[in-house]
Amino acid sequence: MNLIVLLKQVPDTETKIRIKSGEKKIDVEGVNWIVNPYDEFAVEEALRIKAAQSGTVTIVSLGPQKAQEAIRTALAMGADKAVHLQDAAFDDSDNYVISLALSKAIAKLEYDVILCGKQAMDDDGAQVGSRVAELLGIPQVSIVVKLEISGKTAKATRQIEGALQVIETSLPALITCQKGLNEPRYPTLPGIMQAKKKPLTVYTSADLGLDASQVGEAGSKLKIVDMYLPPTRSTGKKLEGEPQDVALQVAKLLREEAKVI
Amino acid sequence: MIDFELTEEQRMFKELAHKFAVEKIRPVAEYYDQTEEMPWPVMEEAHKLGLTNFYFPPEYGGGGVHDFITHFIVSEELAWGCAGIQTCILSTGLAAAAILGMGNEEQKKKYIPTFCDPQKVRLGAMGLTEPGAGTDIKMISTTAKKDGDSYVLNGTKCFITNGGIADLHVIFATTDKKLGLLGIATFIIEKGTPGLSTGKKEKKLGVRASHTAEVILEDCRIPKKNRLGGELGEEGSTSGIFGALNMLEVTRPGVGSAAVGIARAAFEYALEYSKQRVQGGKPIIKHQAIGFKLADMAIKVDAARLLVWRAGWMANKNMQLRRGEGSMAKLFAGDICMEVTADAIQVLGGYGYMKDYPVEKWYRDAKIYQIWEGTAEAQRMVISAMLRGAKG
Repeated sequence: MNLIVLLKQVPDTETKIRIKSGEKKIDVEGVNWIVNPYDEFAVEEALRIKAAQSGTVTIVSLGPQKAQEAIRTALAMGADKAVHLQDAAFDDSDNYVISLALSKAIAKLEYDVILCGKQAMDDDGAQVGSRVAELLGIPQVSIVVKLEISGKTAKATRQIEGALQVIETSLPALITCQKGLNEPRYPTLPGIMQAKKKPLTVYTSADLGLDASQVGEAGSKLKIVDMYLPPTRSTGKKLEGEPQDVALQVAKLLREEAKVI
Repeated sequence: MIDFELTEEQRMFKELAHKFAVEKIRPVAEYYDQTEEMPWPVMEEAHKLGLTNFYFPPEYGGGGVHDFITHFIVSEELAWGCAGIQTCILSTGLAAAAILGMGNEEQKKKYIPTFCDPQKVRLGAMGLTEPGAGTDIKMISTTAKKDGDSYVLNGTKCFITNGGIADLHVIFATTDKKLGLLGIATFIIEKGTPGLSTGKKEKKLGVRASHTAEVILEDCRIPKKNRLGGELGEEGSTSGIFGALNMLEVTRPGVGSAAVGIARAAFEYALEYSKQRVQGGKPIIKHQAIGFKLADMAIKVDAARLLVWRAGWMANKNMQLRRGEGSMAKLFAGDICMEVTADAIQVLGGYGYMKDYPVEKWYRDAKIYQIWEGTAEAQRMVISAMLRGAKG
């Protein structure tokens, strides 16, 4: 069974986000980087499928040099090899370009199941998984909390509003992983030491057959117009008095201050 | 030239140890501090990740990480989580260090793998201290009398980590009091050997998750081959006490690294608090009394870590710690740990004194680092002896 896991390195969820002065991106100075938590579910699930059915787990990730730390963490968890899409040309790419690049890298590999997190914790795009599936022309099931693979089919339970939906699909297929799918394992110390020796292939945009017009800002379909921090929440106002009086006060505030009625 | 940058392996080890400390140690630290129970569930998880035996040689089943600095980095993170629990996780190292430092090949092959069994966490204990022999090891009165193919041990050891519950005890005893230090030999006693029993388990001020107890030896008979390093004077024999003393110089910075972890935990907490707590119209860190105090705390933590790493760097290069660099690291780290944890309580004021806040526990945990593994006074004796050129 050939398993592929799409992985992204993102800032630690505890990071205090600052916007880079004069630019529409975050300031990465002093930021702690981690494996996208949703992608950890994907790595763990791939490792479990591998244990049950035997196979190989390949990590595929697009990112700067630093992303190799996240890749090595996944290798330390037990993945077998990795592909790193690294190229300055990928800077300022939107999720369409990233999905295009990833799909081109995946096309070079054999695959039965592709797993990834349902979204990245930094941009919350929640689209790369689906876009990759479309570009590869394979079925996809998203927001999966339970997965059963047998032979050439997958049975995936996904979360929908107020219910669970069970979908059966043929393989190959792409699955986006949701919290609750599994409990990701820790890398072990021996695993960390072995990770150094596992194969890691680096691809540039040229290796994937992408020219300058197809990547970066040029190839993106999305343009970031502005980026700013939300206004700081001010302390609440406590209203006191008889219910009818308070209700009047609230109505007045909603109309005159919040301007929502 | 020196490079302060962590290698990729060190960075990943640190990340793992820190994650383990945050997710597995911190949530239960208070519980084990209060109940003084052995944190078996945490140790089992640590064992599965290789945290208990990553530094043992691979030929005996260990992780084969020989870099001392890597060891100190892991140790610091775990102690940052909880020094008591960190002691439990890494405690076996002392007994294993004795076997690795003084044992012959047969003994290493027999005993080290038991600590590397992925199926089971096994504990080691190192029994040196006695009621009458602390800093003055010469005063050891536990005797080991040769009797045919065996040794018979009699005596009492106290303050032994994992004492009585270990799968393996490494016990220092004298074969001939008249020979002083030269008469001291080391023996391996396997669990279940008749004649070895636990005395009382100690109730401690700090590192309370760790098991500290008396070990009583009453006509404890062990085979001759359990003497570490074989008979003195025999072909291939490795010395008893001097091997031990050399080994201690190298384990000392490791103990220092734990003190750095505690101090760092206290400093970070006090720092965070000082940014939130408003008195006199501003966060207290903006008052110089507190700001300056935190500056001093930060310097002390960093300086202690650097001394620990310097000793590790020298050990990695197999350099002789000729000026007591290991002792310097342990001594300084222990002393600043006391200062920084006390200051952390001070920064928190009244809240720092309450058990609701973690700083008082760190203060209690800190004290032992000026005492065990060689008191601060003993460290100064070692360093000053080396400075004046004394031998041994």
